Amino acid sequence: MKFTIPIGPQHPALKEPISLRMTVEGEVIQDADIRLGYNHRGLEKLAEERTWIQNIYLTERICGICSHSHATCYVQGVEKLMELNPPKRGLYIRTLVAELERIHSHLLWLGVAGHEAGFDSFFMYTWRDREVVMDLLEMISGNRVHYAINAIGGVRRDIDEMQRKKILDGLEILKTRTEYYFKIGANEPTFVGRLAGVGYLSKEKAVDLCAVGPMARASDLPQDVRKDDPYAVYDEVPFDVCTADTCDVLGRTVVRIKELFESYKICEFLMKNLPPGDIAVKAPTRAKPNEVVSRYEAPRGENTHYIKSNGTNKPERLKVRAPTLANYPATVEMLKNGFIADIPLIFAAIDPCICCAERTVNIVNARTGEEKILRFDELRALAEERFKKMPPKRNAVWPF
Amino acid sequence: MLNRLVRWSRIKSPWILHLNSGACNACDIEIVAALTPRFDVERFGVLLKATPRHADVIIATGPVTRQIKDRIIRIYDQTPDPKFVIAVGACAMSGCVYRGAYNIMGGIDQVIPVNVYVPGCPARPDAILDGVVKLLGKL
Repeated sequence: MKFTIPIGPQHPALKEPISLRMTVEGEVIQDADIRLGYNHRGLEKLAEERTWIQNIYLTERICGICSHSHATCYVQGVEKLMELNPPKRGLYIRTLVAELERIHSHLLWLGVAGHEAGFDSFFMYTWRDREVVMDLLEMISGNRVHYAINAIGGVRRDIDEMQRKKILDGLEILKTRTEYYFKIGANEPTFVGRLAGVGYLSKEKAVDLCAVGPMARASDLPQDVRKDDPYAVYDEVPFDVCTADTCDVLGRTVVRIKELFESYKICEFLMKNLPPGDIAVKAPTRAKPNEVVSRYEAPRGENTHYIKSNGTNKPERLKVRAPTLANYPATVEMLKNGFIADIPLIFAAIDPCICCAERTVNIVNARTGEEKILRFDELRALAEERFKKMPPKRNAVWPF
Repeated sequence: MLNRLVRWSRIKSPWILHLNSGACNACDIEIVAALTPRFDVERFGVLLKATPRHADVIIATGPVTRQIKDRIIRIYDQTPDPKFVIAVGACAMSGCVYRGAYNIMGGIDQVIPVNVYVPGCPARPDAILDGVVKLLGKL
Protein backbone atom coordinates (compact mmCIF):
# COMPACT_ATOMS: atom_id res chain seq x y z
CA MET A 1 0.00 0.00 0.00
CA LYS A 2 1.49 3.30 -1.05
CA PHE A 3 0.64 6.74 0.25
CA THR A 4 1.65 10.16 -0.91
CA ILE A 5 2.45 12.61 1.84
CA PRO A 6 2.63 16.29 0.97
CA ILE A 7 5.11 18.28 3.03
CA GLY A 8 5.21 22.06 2.85
CA PRO A 9 5.20 24.77 1.64
CA GLN A 10 4.60 25.76 5.25
CA HIS A 11 5.79 22.94 7.49
CA PRO A 12 7.48 22.67 10.87
CA ALA A 13 10.48 20.93 9.36
CA LEU A 14 11.06 23.50 6.67
CA LYS A 15 12.22 27.02 7.22
CA GLU A 16 11.48 28.16 3.72
CA PRO A 17 8.62 27.57 1.32
CA ILE A 18 9.15 24.41 -0.69
CA SER A 19 6.79 21.55 -1.30
CA LEU A 20 7.90 17.92 -1.11
CA ARG A 21 5.72 15.00 -2.08
CA MET A 22 6.80 11.71 -0.59
CA THR A 23 5.48 8.39 -1.79
CA VAL A 24 5.81 6.12 1.21
CA GLU A 25 5.27 2.47 1.85
CA GLY A 26 4.97 2.05 5.57
CA GLU A 27 7.71 4.15 7.05
CA VAL A 28 10.05 3.94 4.07
CA ILE A 29 10.17 6.61 1.38
CA GLN A 30 9.83 5.10 -2.09
CA ASP A 31 9.91 8.24 -4.11
CA ALA A 32 10.30 11.92 -3.55
CA ASP A 33 9.13 14.78 -5.67
CA ILE A 34 10.22 18.37 -5.13
CA ARG A 35 7.86 21.13 -6.18
CA LEU A 36 9.43 24.51 -6.56
CA GLY A 37 8.46 28.03 -7.36
CA TYR A 38 7.02 29.31 -4.08
CA ASN A 39 10.00 31.58 -3.72
CA HIS A 40 10.42 32.53 -7.36
CA ARG A 41 10.76 36.30 -7.62
CA GLY A 42 11.89 36.87 -11.21
CA LEU A 43 15.22 38.30 -10.24
CA GLU A 44 17.04 37.65 -13.49
CA LYS A 45 14.51 39.70 -15.41
CA LEU A 46 14.88 42.52 -12.89
CA ALA A 47 18.66 42.45 -13.37
CA GLU A 48 18.24 43.31 -17.06
CA GLU A 49 16.53 46.57 -16.14
CA ARG A 50 19.20 47.79 -13.73
CA THR A 51 22.68 49.23 -14.23
CA TRP A 52 25.89 47.34 -13.46
CA ILE A 53 26.23 49.06 -10.08
CA GLN A 54 22.59 48.69 -9.06
CA ASN A 55 22.85 45.00 -9.83
CA ILE A 56 25.49 44.48 -7.11
CA TYR A 57 22.80 45.24 -4.56
CA LEU A 58 20.22 43.18 -6.40
CA THR A 59 22.41 40.07 -6.66
CA GLU A 60 23.25 40.49 -3.00
CA ARG A 61 19.57 40.05 -2.24
CA ILE A 62 19.32 36.72 -4.07
CA CYS A 63 20.09 35.15 -0.73
CA GLY A 64 20.59 36.49 2.76
CA ILE A 65 22.89 33.77 4.07
CA CYS A 66 25.32 33.74 1.16
CA SER A 67 24.83 37.34 0.07
CA HIS A 68 28.55 37.96 -0.37
CA SER A 69 28.90 34.89 -2.62
CA HIS A 70 26.38 36.12 -5.15
CA ALA A 71 27.62 39.70 -5.08
CA THR A 72 31.26 38.60 -5.45
CA CYS A 73 30.46 36.14 -8.20
CA TYR A 74 28.65 38.87 -10.11
CA VAL A 75 31.31 41.51 -9.47
CA GLN A 76 34.11 39.16 -10.57
CA GLY A 77 32.27 38.55 -13.82
CA VAL A 78 31.70 42.25 -14.43
CA GLU A 79 35.36 43.01 -13.69
CA LYS A 80 36.32 40.50 -16.36
CA LEU A 81 33.89 42.14 -18.79
CA MET A 82 35.27 45.61 -18.04
CA GLU A 83 38.88 44.33 -18.05
CA LEU A 84 39.62 45.70 -14.59
CA ASN A 85 42.31 44.51 -12.22
CA PRO A 86 41.27 45.15 -8.62
CA PRO A 87 44.16 46.02 -6.28
CA LYS A 88 45.56 43.32 -4.02
CA ARG A 89 44.36 44.89 -0.78
CA GLY A 90 40.82 45.04 -2.12
CA LEU A 91 40.93 41.37 -3.05
CA TYR A 92 42.28 40.45 0.39
CA ILE A 93 39.40 42.25 2.11
CA ARG A 94 36.91 40.67 -0.27
CA THR A 95 38.31 37.21 0.48
CA LEU A 96 38.27 37.95 4.20
CA VAL A 97 34.57 38.79 4.12
CA ALA A 98 33.94 35.68 2.02
CA GLU A 99 35.62 33.46 4.60
CA LEU A 100 33.87 35.17 7.53
CA GLU A 101 30.62 34.56 5.69
CA ARG A 102 31.52 30.90 5.31
CA ILE A 103 32.16 30.73 9.06
CA HIS A 104 28.78 32.30 9.87
CA SER A 105 27.00 30.07 7.38
CA HIS A 106 28.60 26.86 8.67
CA LEU A 107 27.94 27.77 12.30
CA LEU A 108 24.34 28.49 11.35
CA TRP A 109 24.12 25.12 9.62
CA LEU A 110 25.65 23.30 12.59
CA GLY A 111 22.96 24.79 14.78
CA VAL A 112 20.20 23.79 12.37
CA ALA A 113 21.60 20.26 12.14
CA GLY A 114 21.63 20.03 15.93
CA HIS A 115 18.06 21.32 16.01
CA GLU A 116 16.87 18.79 13.43
CA ALA A 117 18.64 15.99 15.30
CA GLY A 118 16.81 17.02 18.47
CA PHE A 119 19.90 18.54 20.11
CA ASP A 120 18.58 22.01 20.85
CA SER A 121 21.26 23.12 23.30
CA PHE A 122 23.79 22.62 20.51
CA PHE A 123 21.65 24.90 18.36
CA MET A 124 21.62 27.61 21.02
CA TYR A 125 25.39 27.31 21.62
CA THR A 126 26.38 27.61 17.96
CA TRP A 127 24.01 30.50 17.38
CA ARG A 128 25.39 32.32 20.40
CA ASP A 129 28.94 31.94 19.05
CA ARG A 130 27.79 32.91 15.60
CA GLU A 131 27.11 36.37 17.01
CA VAL A 132 30.90 36.79 17.41
CA VAL A 133 31.44 36.50 13.67
CA MET A 134 28.34 38.59 12.97
CA ASP A 135 29.88 41.36 15.09
CA LEU A 136 33.11 41.13 13.09
CA LEU A 137 31.19 41.38 9.83
CA GLU A 138 29.22 44.32 11.14
CA MET A 139 32.44 46.02 12.18
CA ILE A 140 34.03 45.52 8.73
CA SER A 141 31.06 46.30 6.53
CA GLY A 142 28.53 48.12 8.69
CA ASN A 143 25.82 45.50 8.12
CA ARG A 144 25.00 42.20 9.72
CA VAL A 145 23.62 40.34 6.73
CA HIS A 146 23.79 42.18 3.41
CA TYR A 147 27.38 43.41 3.70
CA ALA A 148 27.48 45.51 0.53
CA ILE A 149 31.28 45.54 0.71
CA ASN A 150 31.81 44.84 -2.98
CA ALA A 151 32.23 47.49 -5.60
CA ILE A 152 33.13 46.96 -9.24
CA GLY A 153 36.92 47.15 -9.15
CA GLY A 154 37.50 46.43 -5.46
CA VAL A 155 35.76 46.94 -2.14
CA ARG A 156 34.04 49.90 -0.51
CA ARG A 157 35.63 49.92 2.94
CA ASP A 158 39.16 49.56 4.25
CA ILE A 159 40.32 47.77 7.39
CA ASP A 160 42.38 49.68 9.96
CA GLU A 161 44.84 48.39 12.54
CA MET A 162 42.30 48.24 15.40
CA GLN A 163 39.84 46.25 13.31
CA ARG A 164 42.62 43.87 12.29
CA LYS A 165 43.38 43.17 15.94
CA LYS A 166 39.72 42.68 16.78
CA ILE A 167 39.28 40.20 13.94
CA LEU A 168 42.26 38.14 15.16
CA ASP A 169 40.86 38.16 18.72
CA GLY A 170 37.42 37.09 17.50
CA LEU A 171 38.96 34.25 15.52
CA GLU A 172 40.72 32.98 18.66
CA ILE A 173 37.39 32.78 20.53
CA LEU A 174 35.73 31.03 17.61
CA LYS A 175 38.58 28.55 17.32
CA THR A 176 38.31 27.38 20.92
CA ARG A 177 34.53 27.14 20.62
CA THR A 178 34.72 25.10 17.41
CA GLU A 179 37.20 22.71 19.04
CA TYR A 180 34.61 22.25 21.77
CA TYR A 181 31.90 21.40 19.19
CA PHE A 182 34.22 18.95 17.53
CA LYS A 183 34.70 17.28 20.91
CA ILE A 184 30.96 17.27 21.61
CA GLY A 185 30.40 15.57 18.28
CA ALA A 186 32.99 12.95 19.09
CA ASN A 187 31.82 12.22 22.62
CA GLU A 188 28.07 12.38 22.18
CA PRO A 189 26.97 8.91 21.06
CA THR A 190 23.32 9.87 20.56
CA PHE A 191 24.27 12.71 18.23
CA VAL A 192 26.68 10.57 16.20
CA GLY A 193 24.21 7.69 16.14
CA ARG A 194 21.44 9.95 14.87
CA LEU A 195 23.54 11.32 12.02
CA ALA A 196 25.48 8.23 10.94
CA GLY A 197 24.13 6.33 7.97
CA VAL A 198 21.34 8.82 7.26
CA GLY A 199 21.02 10.18 3.74
CA TYR A 200 23.56 7.96 2.04
CA LEU A 201 25.01 9.27 -1.22
CA SER A 202 27.75 7.15 -2.78
CA LYS A 203 30.73 8.67 -4.54
CA GLU A 204 29.54 7.42 -7.93
CA LYS A 205 26.07 8.87 -7.42
CA ALA A 206 27.53 12.15 -6.23
CA VAL A 207 29.43 12.36 -9.52
CA ASP A 208 26.45 11.27 -11.63
CA LEU A 209 24.02 13.69 -10.04
CA CYS A 210 26.51 16.57 -9.98
CA ALA A 211 26.46 17.19 -6.25
CA VAL A 212 28.45 20.26 -5.22
CA GLY A 213 30.07 21.70 -2.14
CA PRO A 214 30.11 19.94 1.23
CA MET A 215 27.67 17.34 -0.15
CA ALA A 216 30.21 16.21 -2.74
CA ARG A 217 33.13 16.55 -0.32
CA ALA A 218 31.36 14.36 2.24
CA SER A 219 31.11 11.70 -0.48
CA ASP A 220 34.90 11.74 -0.75
CA LEU A 221 35.01 13.94 -3.81
CA PRO A 222 37.70 16.62 -3.31
CA GLN A 223 35.98 19.29 -5.33
CA ASP A 224 36.42 22.92 -4.43
CA VAL A 225 36.43 25.88 -6.82
CA ARG A 226 38.85 27.68 -4.51
CA LYS A 227 41.45 24.98 -5.34
CA ASP A 228 40.34 23.87 -8.81
CA ASP A 229 39.93 27.30 -10.36
CA PRO A 230 41.30 29.87 -7.89
CA TYR A 231 39.67 33.27 -7.93
CA ALA A 232 40.52 36.41 -5.89
CA VAL A 233 43.63 35.53 -3.82
CA TYR A 234 43.02 31.84 -3.14
CA ASP A 235 46.08 30.86 -5.19
CA GLU A 236 48.28 32.58 -2.58
CA VAL A 237 46.52 31.32 0.53
CA PRO A 238 47.49 27.95 2.00
CA PHE A 239 44.50 25.76 2.85
CA ASP A 240 43.30 22.18 2.42
CA VAL A 241 40.16 20.79 0.87
CA CYS A 242 38.28 18.89 3.57
CA THR A 243 36.64 15.62 2.70
CA ALA A 244 34.99 12.73 4.50
CA ASP A 245 34.32 9.23 3.25
CA THR A 246 31.23 8.30 5.25
CA CYS A 247 28.86 9.68 2.55
CA ASP A 248 26.13 10.47 5.10
CA VAL A 249 24.90 13.37 7.21
CA LEU A 250 27.65 12.69 9.74
CA GLY A 251 30.24 13.13 6.99
CA ARG A 252 28.63 16.42 5.95
CA THR A 253 28.81 17.64 9.55
CA VAL A 254 32.48 16.67 9.84
CA VAL A 255 33.31 18.35 6.53
CA ARG A 256 31.69 21.56 7.66
CA ILE A 257 33.45 21.59 11.04
CA LYS A 258 36.79 20.93 9.36
CA GLU A 259 36.07 23.71 6.89
CA LEU A 260 35.50 26.04 9.81
CA PHE A 261 39.07 25.39 10.96
CA GLU A 262 40.35 25.96 7.42
CA SER A 263 38.44 29.24 7.25
CA TYR A 264 39.99 30.41 10.53
CA LYS A 265 43.38 29.58 9.09
CA ILE A 266 42.66 31.50 5.88
CA CYS A 267 41.35 34.54 7.77
CA GLU A 268 44.42 34.58 9.99
CA PHE A 269 46.72 34.36 6.99
CA LEU A 270 44.86 37.19 5.25
CA MET A 271 45.00 39.40 8.33
CA LYS A 272 48.71 38.78 8.91
CA ASN A 273 49.68 39.35 5.27
CA LEU A 274 47.39 42.23 4.40
CA PRO A 275 49.26 44.22 1.71
CA PRO A 276 49.23 48.03 1.76
CA GLY A 277 47.78 50.08 -1.05
CA ASP A 278 44.47 51.06 -2.60
CA ILE A 279 41.29 49.10 -2.09
CA ALA A 280 39.55 49.84 -5.38
CA VAL A 281 40.10 51.11 -8.91
CA LYS A 282 37.70 53.33 -10.81
CA ALA A 283 35.24 51.42 -12.93
CA PRO A 284 33.68 52.54 -16.24
CA THR A 285 29.89 52.68 -16.46
CA ARG A 286 29.70 50.63 -19.66
CA ALA A 287 31.08 47.25 -20.67
CA LYS A 288 32.00 46.14 -24.17
CA PRO A 289 29.77 43.49 -25.79
CA ASN A 290 31.01 40.18 -24.44
CA GLU A 291 29.98 37.29 -22.25
CA VAL A 292 31.55 35.74 -19.18
CA VAL A 293 31.07 32.88 -16.73
CA SER A 294 32.12 33.50 -13.14
CA ARG A 295 32.61 30.74 -10.57
CA TYR A 296 32.67 31.03 -6.81
CA GLU A 297 32.79 28.52 -3.97
CA ALA A 298 29.86 29.56 -1.80
CA PRO A 299 29.39 27.93 1.64
CA ARG A 300 26.92 25.53 0.00
CA GLY A 301 28.94 24.71 -3.10
CA GLU A 302 29.74 26.04 -6.49
CA ASN A 303 27.95 29.18 -7.53
CA THR A 304 27.96 30.18 -11.21
CA HIS A 305 26.97 33.45 -12.81
CA TYR A 306 26.72 33.91 -16.55
CA ILE A 307 26.74 37.55 -17.63
CA LYS A 308 26.28 38.94 -21.12
CA SER A 309 26.87 42.58 -21.95
CA ASN A 310 25.83 44.51 -25.04
CA GLY A 311 27.79 47.74 -24.75
CA THR A 312 25.26 49.61 -22.61
CA ASN A 313 25.32 50.27 -18.88
CA LYS A 314 22.99 47.32 -18.21
CA PRO A 315 23.58 43.58 -18.61
CA GLU A 316 21.73 41.89 -21.44
CA ARG A 317 21.41 38.65 -19.51
CA LEU A 318 22.30 37.45 -16.04
CA LYS A 319 21.94 33.76 -15.30
CA VAL A 320 22.55 32.40 -11.82
CA ARG A 321 23.07 28.76 -10.93
CA ALA A 322 23.01 28.43 -7.17
CA PRO A 323 24.47 25.41 -5.33
CA THR A 324 21.20 24.32 -3.72
CA LEU A 325 19.67 23.82 -7.14
CA ALA A 326 22.58 21.62 -8.17
CA ASN A 327 22.03 19.53 -5.06
CA TYR A 328 18.32 18.80 -5.58
CA PRO A 329 18.75 15.68 -7.74
CA ALA A 330 21.12 14.26 -5.14
CA THR A 331 18.64 15.11 -2.38
CA VAL A 332 15.90 13.13 -4.08
CA GLU A 333 18.37 10.26 -4.29
CA MET A 334 19.20 10.52 -0.58
CA LEU A 335 15.57 10.69 0.49
CA LYS A 336 14.71 7.48 -1.34
CA ASN A 337 14.71 4.46 0.96
CA GLY A 338 15.10 6.69 3.96
CA PHE A 339 12.61 7.03 6.78
CA ILE A 340 10.00 9.74 7.13
CA ALA A 341 11.63 10.82 10.38
CA ASP A 342 14.88 11.46 8.51
CA ILE A 343 13.38 13.91 6.00
CA PRO A 344 14.18 17.11 7.93
CA LEU A 345 17.70 15.92 8.70
CA ILE A 346 18.48 14.88 5.13
CA PHE A 347 16.95 18.01 3.76
CA ALA A 348 18.80 20.19 6.23
CA ALA A 349 22.06 18.41 5.37
CA ILE A 350 22.22 19.99 1.92
CA ASP A 351 21.95 23.32 3.74
CA PRO A 352 19.08 24.28 1.49
CA CYS A 353 18.84 27.86 0.45
CA ILE A 354 15.60 27.91 -1.43
CA CYS A 355 15.67 31.60 -2.15
CA CYS A 356 19.01 31.07 -3.92
CA ALA A 357 17.66 28.34 -6.09
CA GLU A 358 14.43 29.89 -7.23
CA ARG A 359 14.79 32.51 -9.85
CA THR A 360 14.27 30.81 -13.16
CA VAL A 361 11.57 28.61 -14.59
CA ASN A 362 14.17 26.24 -16.04
CA ILE A 363 14.58 24.46 -12.73
CA VAL A 364 11.47 22.41 -13.34
CA ASN A 365 13.19 20.79 -16.31
CA ALA A 366 16.10 19.76 -14.14
CA ARG A 367 13.71 17.93 -11.84
CA THR A 368 11.77 16.06 -14.51
CA GLY A 369 15.03 15.18 -16.24
CA GLU A 370 16.23 13.65 -13.01
CA GLU A 371 13.07 11.60 -12.55
CA LYS A 372 13.63 9.90 -15.84
CA ILE A 373 17.12 8.80 -14.96
CA LEU A 374 16.30 6.43 -12.14
CA ARG A 375 14.35 3.23 -12.62
CA PHE A 376 12.80 1.26 -9.82
CA ASP A 377 15.00 -1.84 -10.25
CA GLU A 378 18.07 0.36 -10.08
CA LEU A 379 16.76 1.80 -6.88
CA ARG A 380 16.20 -1.61 -5.38
CA ALA A 381 19.71 -2.68 -6.30
CA LEU A 382 21.03 0.50 -4.76
CA ALA A 383 19.14 -0.11 -1.56
CA GLU A 384 20.51 -3.65 -1.27
CA GLU A 385 23.98 -2.40 -1.91
CA ARG A 386 23.57 0.28 0.68
CA PHE A 387 22.48 -2.07 3.42
CA LYS A 388 25.30 -4.45 2.63
CA LYS A 389 27.89 -1.73 2.87
CA MET A 390 26.44 0.13 5.81
CA PRO A 391 28.22 -0.38 9.12
CA PRO A 392 26.02 -1.18 12.10
CA LYS A 393 24.98 2.07 13.69
CA ARG A 394 25.87 1.08 17.21
CA ASN A 395 29.55 1.17 16.28
CA ALA A 396 29.30 4.49 14.53
CA VAL A 397 32.27 6.67 15.39
CA TRP A 398 33.21 10.23 14.73
CA PRO A 399 35.69 10.05 11.84
CA PHE A 400 38.66 12.12 12.95
CA MET B 1 -12.55 38.84 35.14
CA LEU B 2 -12.17 36.15 32.50
CA ASN B 3 -11.37 38.79 29.90
CA ARG B 4 -8.62 40.16 32.08
CA LEU B 5 -7.17 36.68 32.52
CA VAL B 6 -7.23 36.07 28.77
CA ARG B 7 -5.64 39.43 28.10
CA TRP B 8 -2.92 38.81 30.69
CA SER B 9 -2.07 35.40 29.29
CA ARG B 10 -2.07 36.76 25.75
CA ILE B 11 0.45 39.45 26.64
CA LYS B 12 2.61 37.16 28.76
CA SER B 13 3.00 34.38 26.24
CA PRO B 14 2.37 35.17 22.59
CA TRP B 15 3.22 32.22 20.37
CA ILE B 16 4.61 33.14 17.02
CA LEU B 17 4.61 31.55 13.61
CA HIS B 18 7.39 32.33 11.18
CA LEU B 19 5.98 32.69 7.69
CA ASN B 20 8.33 33.03 4.74
CA SER B 21 6.51 34.19 1.66
CA GLY B 22 9.44 34.47 -0.71
CA ALA B 23 12.05 36.27 1.37
CA CYS B 24 15.77 36.11 0.69
CA ASN B 25 16.49 34.39 4.04
CA ALA B 26 18.15 37.46 5.54
CA CYS B 27 15.15 38.47 7.65
CA ASP B 28 14.59 34.82 8.50
CA ILE B 29 18.03 34.31 9.98
CA GLU B 30 17.64 37.58 11.87
CA ILE B 31 14.36 36.30 13.33
CA VAL B 32 16.07 33.09 14.43
CA ALA B 33 18.93 35.20 15.80
CA ALA B 34 16.34 37.11 17.82
CA LEU B 35 15.24 33.80 19.38
CA THR B 36 18.75 32.67 20.31
CA PRO B 37 20.76 33.62 23.43
CA ARG B 38 22.22 37.00 22.42
CA PHE B 39 18.83 38.68 21.91
CA ASP B 40 16.51 36.06 23.40
CA VAL B 41 12.97 37.09 22.62
CA GLU B 42 11.81 34.20 24.81
CA ARG B 43 12.23 36.33 27.91
CA PHE B 44 9.01 38.08 26.85
CA GLY B 45 7.27 34.71 26.76
CA VAL B 46 7.50 34.52 22.99
CA LEU B 47 7.74 30.97 21.73
CA LEU B 48 8.26 29.90 18.13
CA LYS B 49 5.54 27.51 16.99
CA ALA B 50 5.58 25.43 13.88
CA THR B 51 1.91 25.33 13.03
CA PRO B 52 -0.45 28.24 12.41
CA ARG B 53 -3.14 26.55 14.51
CA HIS B 54 -1.11 27.16 17.68
CA ALA B 55 0.05 30.65 16.86
CA ASP B 56 -1.17 34.08 17.99
CA VAL B 57 1.26 36.22 16.05
CA ILE B 58 2.39 35.67 12.47
CA ILE B 59 5.84 37.06 11.71
CA ALA B 60 5.90 37.44 7.95
CA THR B 61 9.01 38.05 5.87
CA GLY B 62 9.49 38.65 2.20
CA PRO B 63 7.48 39.93 -0.70
CA VAL B 64 4.44 37.90 -1.71
CA THR B 65 5.04 35.74 -4.77
CA ARG B 66 2.08 34.82 -6.93
CA GLN B 67 2.43 31.12 -6.28
CA ILE B 68 2.38 31.40 -2.50
CA LYS B 69 -0.47 33.93 -2.25
CA ASP B 70 -3.23 31.35 -1.74
CA ARG B 71 -1.13 29.53 0.85
CA ILE B 72 -0.66 32.69 2.86
CA ILE B 73 -4.39 33.34 2.92
CA ARG B 74 -4.94 29.73 4.00
CA ILE B 75 -2.36 29.99 6.77
CA TYR B 76 -3.92 33.25 7.93
CA ASP B 77 -7.37 31.62 8.02
CA GLN B 78 -6.01 28.67 9.99
CA THR B 79 -4.64 30.90 12.72
CA PRO B 80 -7.19 31.24 15.54
CA ASP B 81 -8.58 34.66 16.48
CA PRO B 82 -7.42 37.09 17.72
CA LYS B 83 -4.41 37.11 15.43
CA PHE B 84 -1.76 39.68 14.71
CA VAL B 85 0.68 40.05 11.86
CA ILE B 86 4.15 41.58 12.05
CA ALA B 87 5.72 42.39 8.69
CA VAL B 88 9.51 42.16 9.08
CA GLY B 89 11.81 43.79 6.57
CA ALA B 90 11.46 46.14 3.64
CA CYS B 91 10.21 43.34 1.37
CA ALA B 92 7.27 42.51 3.58
CA MET B 93 6.43 46.19 3.72
CA SER B 94 6.62 47.13 0.06
CA GLY B 95 8.54 44.61 -2.00
CA CYS B 96 11.95 46.28 -1.64
CA VAL B 97 14.29 45.55 -4.60
CA TYR B 98 11.87 43.04 -6.05
CA ARG B 99 9.10 45.61 -6.48
CA GLY B 100 7.94 45.57 -10.07
CA ALA B 101 9.05 42.01 -10.83
CA TYR B 102 6.49 39.93 -12.71
CA ASN B 103 6.05 37.38 -9.97
CA ILE B 104 5.82 39.75 -7.02
CA MET B 105 2.56 41.14 -5.67
CA GLY B 106 4.20 43.69 -3.39
CA GLY B 107 4.16 43.77 0.38
CA ILE B 108 2.41 41.30 2.63
CA ASP B 109 -0.36 43.85 3.27
CA GLN B 110 -1.58 43.24 -0.28
CA VAL B 111 -2.82 39.86 0.91
CA ILE B 112 -3.45 39.92 4.67
CA PRO B 113 -3.91 42.77 7.18
CA VAL B 114 -0.74 43.82 9.00
CA ASN B 115 -0.52 45.20 12.56
CA VAL B 116 3.14 46.12 12.93
CA TYR B 117 5.75 47.00 10.32
CA VAL B 118 9.45 46.53 11.11
CA PRO B 119 11.63 48.29 8.52
CA GLY B 120 15.15 47.30 7.52
CA CYS B 121 16.88 45.24 4.88
CA PRO B 122 17.13 43.02 6.79
CA ALA B 123 15.65 44.24 10.05
CA ARG B 124 18.11 43.83 12.92
CA PRO B 125 17.15 41.41 15.71
CA ASP B 126 16.87 44.40 18.08
CA ALA B 127 14.38 45.99 15.70
CA ILE B 128 12.34 42.77 15.53
CA LEU B 129 12.35 42.62 19.33
CA ASP B 130 11.17 46.21 19.44
CA GLY B 131 8.38 45.40 17.01
CA VAL B 132 7.21 42.45 19.08
CA VAL B 133 7.29 44.48 22.30
CA LYS B 134 5.35 47.33 20.66
CA LEU B 135 2.71 44.88 19.52
CA LEU B 136 2.44 43.46 23.04
CA GLY B 137 2.09 46.99 24.37
CA LYS B 138 -0.87 47.59 22.09
CA LEU B 139 -2.81 44.56 23.32
